[in-house]
Amino acid sequence: MSRRSPTKQARPSWVIARTDLRQLMQARDFWLPLMIVALLFFVIIPTFLLLILGSVKDANLAKKLSDVVGSLPKDLQAKVHGQKGPASASYALAVYLFAPLAIIVPLTVSSAVGAHTIVGERERGSGEFLAHSPATERQIYLGKLMASLIPGYFTAAMGFLLYSLVVNLIVGPKLGGWFFPTTNWWILMLWVLPPFIALALAVILAISARVSSAAAAQQASALATLPLIVIAYGVSSGTLFRGAGSAFIIGGLAWCAAIFALWRASKAVSRERLLGMGAT
Amino acid sequence: MATESGPAVALAGVRRAFGDVLAVDDLTLEVPRGTVTVLLGPNGAGKTTVVRLVTGALHPHGGSVRTLGLDPEVAAEGTEVRRRCGVVPARPALYDRLSGTDNLLYAAALFQVEPRLVDARVAEAAERFGITDALDHKVGGYSTGMRARLALARAVLHEPDLLLLDEPTAGLDPESARTVLGLIDEMAEGGKTVLMCTHLLLEAEGLADQVVVMDHGHAIVSGSPRELTRQYWPAARVILDADDPSLLDQARGLPFVRAYERNGVALVDLEHETDVPDLVDALVGAGARLTRVEPQAPSLEELYFAIRKENREPS
Repeated sequence: MSRRSPTKQARPSWVIARTDLRQLMQARDFWLPLMIVALLFFVIIPTFLLLILGSVKDANLAKKLSDVVGSLPKDLQAKVHGQKGPASASYALAVYLFAPLAIIVPLTVSSAVGAHTIVGERERGSGEFLAHSPATERQIYLGKLMASLIPGYFTAAMGFLLYSLVVNLIVGPKLGGWFFPTTNWWILMLWVLPPFIALALAVILAISARVSSAAAAQQASALATLPLIVIAYGVSSGTLFRGAGSAFIIGGLAWCAAIFALWRASKAVSRERLLGMGAT
Repeated sequence: MATESGPAVALAGVRRAFGDVLAVDDLTLEVPRGTVTVLLGPNGAGKTTVVRLVTGALHPHGGSVRTLGLDPEVAAEGTEVRRRCGVVPARPALYDRLSGTDNLLYAAALFQVEPRLVDARVAEAAERFGITDALDHKVGGYSTGMRARLALARAVLHEPDLLLLDEPTAGLDPESARTVLGLIDEMAEGGKTVLMCTHLLLEAEGLADQVVVMDHGHAIVSGSPRELTRQYWPAARVILDADDPSLLDQARGLPFVRAYERNGVALVDLEHETDVPDLVDALVGAGARLTRVEPQAPSLEELYFAIRKENREPS
């Protein structure tokens, strides 16, 4: 046997999540493109842009770059103005303008995983196994939710770590040392981002439980999460631009919306739907 | 509360519709404990729906379902019902990206097998169903026969009290089908209650303690094969052959012969088994030199079609 059995009885929801994650790990053709997208947004594009900004020698171009800082809100300009043209532009880019990446990439990953999670069981026929299992509908839902949330949060955490390294290694020396993450980035990652991923997944799981094919789930999820991504984009920028107070309020509202949406979505998962009944 | 006596499954006036289609209509049936009950019927008769109603995977729209004395519609009792049932669906419903071991471990964890027993149960089930060597391979590479065996191993891993098998040999080659049926027979001999759906009459032959013939969501008839034979089949059928088969046609006029048909050999339906010697005497007396006299019990297939013929609604 390839694996030792556990020594403690695991909760059914965790058993379901663990098995889904194990399958996901085996599906390299599925997660590899997602990881490439994450790398592109968190590492490659920021590295490329920050290196280019750092290597500007032309005085005219340096002045134009300083003007970028002028487009930031007044209180933020004050924080950046201590630096010279390219350095201040690099700081602005790293701290303020890449913020939406932190939201878009994990949302994309979680959406892709979540869209398949329930309808995939139906397509494979394995939904029948779950429907006849002793796991309650709530436990099945929680398992599927965890299996979709974990890849999103994992991607966000790893992306954040790599992005911090890139920013500190490239921009840090010009600003006198490592400066990233800033307080507002911590708030964004730990308080604002999690409810947005959960909110998007609540919508996606409800869709996945209702549609008849993974392709349909993917299409519908993309459509449903697009407004959320736009809102999240705005919110993430706002979090960084407007400071901790408003970030806490926005995050709190997002948590309330996420909890309500997750509770509503839990009703969409039923044994009958796992068997393919009531799918559209 | 669970009762350990009484039938393993009791459906009373159960109804279940999908949109306008009534899949199960006023169905009443009982599956006695420790027996093999075979649901026979054409595709669309409602057999799979019955399996799903029994575990509570589907809700009935009317009537009552009791499984192992519990009501699957009550949340806590439903969980207990499903924990004590093992289901082999028509599609094996396996996880192709996982190995055979991982599929079994998943089922063991979900069906709450005690962790200290899991390794032994997995090894035992794999050996019993002849899949030990394939356990480390991904299930996506299994043959249809191997998948059926793994699905069976998974269904018995938690030692269920009630085994529900939905077309367990569908798509299997004859050799694998025979092996699977042998394994079901073995489990039945071990005292398990088995409810099996099939439209393949040959696979129910010899296994069934009770046969329920279904059509359009109804149970047309139920009983042991012996009871059904008595009810739907002439008391005795004899196969006859002779050096000169045309002389066998003399049987047609005998008073105790119900039906006669000759196509190569002669098939003679008699009023009673005790009429066989009189039949032989009569034919010998008519000059026939008999080369074959073989009393024949009906196969389940013949019985099934006899039942269907008798119960067919006038169209």
